[in-house]
Amino acid sequence: MRTLVVLAWRNIWRNKRRTWITAASIFFAVLLSTLMVSIQKGAWDRMEESVVNYYFGYVQIHGRGYWEDRSIDRAFAETDSLRRLVEEIPGVETTVPRLESFALAAHGERTLGVMAVGIDPEREHAMTRLRERLVQGSYFEDDEEAVLVAEGMAERLDIQAGDTLVLLSQGYHGVNAAGKYVVKGLIHFGSPELNRLMVYLPLPVAQYFYGADGLITSIALKVTEKDDVPQILATLQQRLDTTRYEVMDWHQMMPELVEARAVDTAGNYLMLLILYLIVSFGIFGTILMMTAERTYEFGVLVAIGMRRLQLSVEVWLEVLFIALLGTLLGFLASFPLVYYFHRHPIDLSGSPEMAETYAQFGFEPVFPAAFEPMVFLGQAIVVFIITSVLALYPFWKIGRLQPVTAMRH
Amino acid sequence: MNVLDITGVTKVYNPDTVPVHALRGVDLEVSAGEFTAIVGPSGSGKTTLLNLIGGLDRPTAGQIRINGIDLATLSANKLIDFRRDHIGFVFQSYNLIPVLTARENAEFVMLLQKRPRAEREARVTQLLREVGLEDRMDYRPTQLSGGQQQRVAVVRALAPRPRFILADEPTANLDSVSTANLLDIMARLNREEGVTFLFSTHDQRVIDRARRVVRLEDGQIVSDEVFDR
Repeated sequence: MRTLVVLAWRNIWRNKRRTWITAASIFFAVLLSTLMVSIQKGAWDRMEESVVNYYFGYVQIHGRGYWEDRSIDRAFAETDSLRRLVEEIPGVETTVPRLESFALAAHGERTLGVMAVGIDPEREHAMTRLRERLVQGSYFEDDEEAVLVAEGMAERLDIQAGDTLVLLSQGYHGVNAAGKYVVKGLIHFGSPELNRLMVYLPLPVAQYFYGADGLITSIALKVTEKDDVPQILATLQQRLDTTRYEVMDWHQMMPELVEARAVDTAGNYLMLLILYLIVSFGIFGTILMMTAERTYEFGVLVAIGMRRLQLSVEVWLEVLFIALLGTLLGFLASFPLVYYFHRHPIDLSGSPEMAETYAQFGFEPVFPAAFEPMVFLGQAIVVFIITSVLALYPFWKIGRLQPVTAMRH
Repeated sequence: MNVLDITGVTKVYNPDTVPVHALRGVDLEVSAGEFTAIVGPSGSGKTTLLNLIGGLDRPTAGQIRINGIDLATLSANKLIDFRRDHIGFVFQSYNLIPVLTARENAEFVMLLQKRPRAEREARVTQLLREVGLEDRMDYRPTQLSGGQQQRVAVVRALAPRPRFILADEPTANLDSVSTANLLDIMARLNREEGVTFLFSTHDQRVIDRARRVVRLEDGQIVSDEVFDR
């Protein structure tokens, strides 16, 4: 094998220009695809993080049927025993109770449909770091008659901290809900949708507003490891009374987000496919030339006693070495570039039109690159597979080679 | 004892379209230690005969036995291994591997045989010294003259101690000094190593050194002479 490796390595430098041109095409493919996949993954990870970590959580418990109609009438009481039962499950770090419903928010002449959510300020902060996302005003100190408003909504209603917000809604079992609250602060959300929708009230204030004394509509779970979610979900479904409660992970709660990511990723893969198809033709051209111009030499090698399989492996190693060279250089160039965009995301918020366009798709106009070994490894695997598949050609060609015919070349 | 027995060998190219009879019922026996030239004009069938003896091609009819083994009974892979282990090849245009040095080229077949490194080194060093290339061992083929390349090719053929060496027009691309030099070396190795040499040639200088000359014309042996040289 050592002989084959030495032969292959030296052979690729017989035609330096061709080797460098082929390696360069692989280099650019790896560079572009690594960058593309990293930014796409980074953008979606950020979006999921915005939505999941900053609000939904990876798992939620609701009254049975709540997620289907989002009716406050399916509210339930968070008893101590329920809370203990959930928090004792390994992997569950903390639980966050919420009372959620839709309301009409008004300030001056402006009105807007919003999600008015009652929260336990300390438990909510423990999971979603809500206090840290204040951009104006201050956080809840106790169960005060006040609201925290999402930044985007505040902009639409033209309100500031210290202003008054009127909320109107239909409460528990049809009760009229109306209230007037001081805006305690403004909060920034990564997700443009949440940034447009959210109004927070202290839980007892929301329960009074909705006429749902002591009730909540959901418990969001903060988990230690994202990978534990399936196990936690299964345990909850075993331990909870499923005739009263439903347990959902974020995939079930937001299938549109999962689907949108899948569609976008598929589109990205299509682009990568085209890119790699072009590169494959480049590599194949090199292989064609390599085998055509060395037919005589192959004939001699088989004549003096080199088995066809050994010869095929040697040629495959040549192609692999060129591919590895291109891939390695691609990595060397893409590592710092991806790392740079990981630390300094592409920020399009300076352009309001672009920001608005991305907001329509639910994206914050900030695109960090994911800096993950799997992204780089994935490209190496793709190049290896392409090389191996293309190397079937010399295997086929050499397999059929007759020394006498080859030496007439 | 015969190392080579050829019985009624015929080779027809393009049998289904325009048949070309390259060999017509050739019979030949070669004993161990011979230094034999197969001669004849272009198109007489010399190279075809050598290709068949070397197992590089299959006859249309007839039998070729080397050390008693009928080549027709060997599978494609077995035939390659047989060539590697029993036959040395010297080609008209040297055919060294351009990316390997003289030493690496010389030991290439032994490497394919997976012979131990110490054995390879000792054998190749000895042979390269004998052919006067001890100071060119680490040179690549492009840094060697035609005569030097052909000497490396001879060492490559001889290094694994084959039963016999087939040389197809080995001096065709060499000047007279290089030819004389190469023939001296091959004659000496034939004597000292006892290896059988079988040439195809129409070079009179080679014919003059051969101890047996087999003449082919139109695919048939027309004369077979032995000389006391």
